[in-house]
Amino acid sequence: MTTKPTKPSKIARTTTAIIPLPATAARAVTIAGAALTLAGTFLAWTWTSDFPGDLTVTGYPGGLQVLTLVGAVLTLLFALSGYNVRGLGWLTPGGTNSPVRLSALGVFGTTGYTIGAISYELGGLVNLEPGAWLSGGGALLAVIGALGLPADQPHDEDAGLWGKLRNALTAPEPGRAKDLSSWAEILIITAAFGIGLWVFSYGIATEYSELFIGFVVLAAFAFSAVLRAGLIKRLSALTAKHRNVTLSAAFAAAICFPFTQSNDQFALIGANILIFATVALGLNVVVGLAGLLDLGYVAFLGVGAYAAALVSGSPQSTIGVHFPFWAAVLTGVAASLVFGVLIGAPTLRLRGDYLAIVTLGFGEIFRITMNSLNGTSGPDVTNGSNGIPNIPDLELFGFNFGVPHDVLGFQLTRPGNYYLLMLLFTAIVVMVFRRSAESRIGRAWVAIREDETAATAMGINGFRLKLLAFALGAALAGLAGSVQAHVSYSVTPEQYQFAGSVPPNSAFLLAAVILGGMGTISGPLIGAALLYLIPAKLQFMADYQLLLFGIALMLLMRFRPEGLVADRRKQLEFHETGQTDVPDAATLPEGATGVAKAGA
Amino acid sequence: MTALLEVEDLRVAYGKIEAVKGISFTVDAGQVVTLIGTNGAGKTTTLRTLSGLLKPSGGTIRFEGKDLNKVPAHKVVSLGLAHSPEGRHIFPRMSIEDNLRLGAYLRDDRDGIAKDIQRAYDLFPILGERRRQAAGTLSGGEQQMLAMGRALMSQPKLLMLDEPSMGLSPIMMQKIMATISELKAQGTTILLVEQNAQAALSLADHGYVMEVGKITLTGTGQELLHDESVRKAYLGED
Ligand SMILES: Nc1ncnc2c1ncn2[C@@H]1O[C@H](COP(=O)(O)OP(=O)(O)OP(=O)(O)O)[C@@H](O)[C@H]1O
Ligand SMILES: [Mg+2]
Repeated sequence: MTTKPTKPSKIARTTTAIIPLPATAARAVTIAGAALTLAGTFLAWTWTSDFPGDLTVTGYPGGLQVLTLVGAVLTLLFALSGYNVRGLGWLTPGGTNSPVRLSALGVFGTTGYTIGAISYELGGLVNLEPGAWLSGGGALLAVIGALGLPADQPHDEDAGLWGKLRNALTAPEPGRAKDLSSWAEILIITAAFGIGLWVFSYGIATEYSELFIGFVVLAAFAFSAVLRAGLIKRLSALTAKHRNVTLSAAFAAAICFPFTQSNDQFALIGANILIFATVALGLNVVVGLAGLLDLGYVAFLGVGAYAAALVSGSPQSTIGVHFPFWAAVLTGVAASLVFGVLIGAPTLRLRGDYLAIVTLGFGEIFRITMNSLNGTSGPDVTNGSNGIPNIPDLELFGFNFGVPHDVLGFQLTRPGNYYLLMLLFTAIVVMVFRRSAESRIGRAWVAIREDETAATAMGINGFRLKLLAFALGAALAGLAGSVQAHVSYSVTPEQYQFAGSVPPNSAFLLAAVILGGMGTISGPLIGAALLYLIPAKLQFMADYQLLLFGIALMLLMRFRPEGLVADRRKQLEFHETGQTDVPDAATLPEGATGVAKAGA
Repeated sequence: MTALLEVEDLRVAYGKIEAVKGISFTVDAGQVVTLIGTNGAGKTTTLRTLSGLLKPSGGTIRFEGKDLNKVPAHKVVSLGLAHSPEGRHIFPRMSIEDNLRLGAYLRDDRDGIAKDIQRAYDLFPILGERRRQAAGTLSGGEQQMLAMGRALMSQPKLLMLDEPSMGLSPIMMQKIMATISELKAQGTTILLVEQNAQAALSLADHGYVMEVGKITLTGTGQELLHDESVRKAYLGED
């Protein structure tokens, strides 16, 4: 006897919206809401300039109002693109409605936060002027309208609210772009980096923490919106096609940064971010390419900084020499390299876990030793916990880094000078990283990471290559350290810890690499910028910083384990399903395949 | 004529347990020699020792007259000995082409490498079609082809294949065996470890039967194929 197989009950898939509205009405509501929000930013939001940023002016948005304004414009543009308005279609090659929802949520978040902050700081809702109510109400209306728009991708009909909401924020990948002439493509890349520079400079130059929080909220939502719209995908297709143009555009934008900053303090943040980012990129050679877990990496930065400080001519240095700039840098690099080999040679023959423990130990021993070489508990080399202060400014070809210079009518201050010097070093490290990642050596590193036995059977000398990665990483950190000593005027043991609330420390460095995206170039740079900026801007939360840092890391590992910028191979590793990893022949230059996508 | 590979009284131990208990065999240039035997007989252990991944506890290995015992694993390839290991051990997250390139890690003749990559694609067209795909996304049989192609990239004098037909469908299996004969015709010397005794012996010039760490029987492929005890133990006849 045969039985008929029971028919599997089929769940229908729909794109119904979360709030049941006709699509046309929903879009109209969204646009009206965004327009009201926009209008509100031109009115006063509060009566007193006690709230930072002066939101009392009518006719001229300021402070947090500007953020609301930018978000509202973005929402309007995305929403209008959904009407198939001519000339706006390029905005949404991927999802159409999810970008509207995300940007509307961003505006709502920033505006809501501002209204909350005003009421909290000034004591009550009475401190709000009509403009705030208009923008706030408009933002709410826009969110309601946006939630009434159909989803970009179908979901199961019986999905719960949470499932529907998650689906509503996703979008399909964009298809292939039309081929533009290459000058137009290069122009787009340039414009994108221009916008990137502008956003980044704005974030650094936020003068008070309210503005920074509003900025982060809006930036996060706006970035997701742009991502869902498919614009990032389009852009990375272009950048992969014009890799050298992209690198040049990125550096050109970075060079412009100090000229956009009138305030010394912000240019200094820029210089420090570059130091942190360069060291993170060096660590990425060790961790991301060769797969070696180094928990004491900051010590190599310290070795370089101390070596450079000792030969800097500081009156407090125990060695009374004053090396010229290039010799001081070479000293820093050489010292770190030697330590890298000394630590690596005995430990790299062991398996992974031992390396982590030994490097963790080395990091602490370095700090303790620098503390003890003070003349009491050991020979006097480093002045113990006082460190080596009064490190004189660098001088190169008669160019003194310590004083302001006029360049084409713009003033370049001391931090600006160091920023540009550090940028040069970052460029060198990026080149080294890219060269080695794409070379035979880079391929061998990845092979060792994937299957050391098989790599050996291919004729790869695992020990020697791991030592090379370790020593190279150490040398790059030493390079950054030699500049860091001069930027910060002094070196002390406490600058080089395993974990602390101020980057760079070993934990933050590792986090920058993992959070940004292992094995990529842009990942650790972005990761380092975020990890430096957020603690620096939110100092009122200093007590909870490590806690928040831990929570953020856990969330990231849960939702995006491959990091913000994904190496193609990593993406395959973490999201096996549905991945074919077949890049178009045109978008990947010969020789770049398979190796960590260094240009990402 | 001296043998390409000469193994004499080879002993290999994992701690106190001796897995290979004094075996001797030779492989002449241009031959296909097969090593068959039950599970756990020590075939994989033997191959891994030949390529330097395991250290012998006794005996000698001579390759082209040179003593291999003291040569570190990463130098063995440069002498002309390539190993396609049991379980394939391809690099799953690297592209197929990069896997092949890694097989040629010690070579620096760019044109020659490009030519040999093309040869691997001619041998296994599916690899050519998927050249930029991550190797881990290949099917088991395709991965086996890649492992073989990768081993060939070092232009070995002796190619050691450990169970190249493991887990393959009969059609794939035939294809692999055909490839082995093709390689033989091109003059590659092959040391083949196989569970499929019928197929291995049919194309081997010489065969050795291994049982719990010892060689118990030897002869030409045809002789072993018709040997009664072999037929009983490995070809499932009674
Ligand atoms: N790493 C190891 N540690 C301890 N014992 C091992 C190890 N590898 C193999 N052995 C033992 O050595 C013996 C020979 O194993 P080997 O893998 O060489 O067998 P084989 O002939 O290749 O078998 P199969 O046909 O199943 O692949 C077995 O008894 C096995 O249990
Ligand atoms: Mg075996």
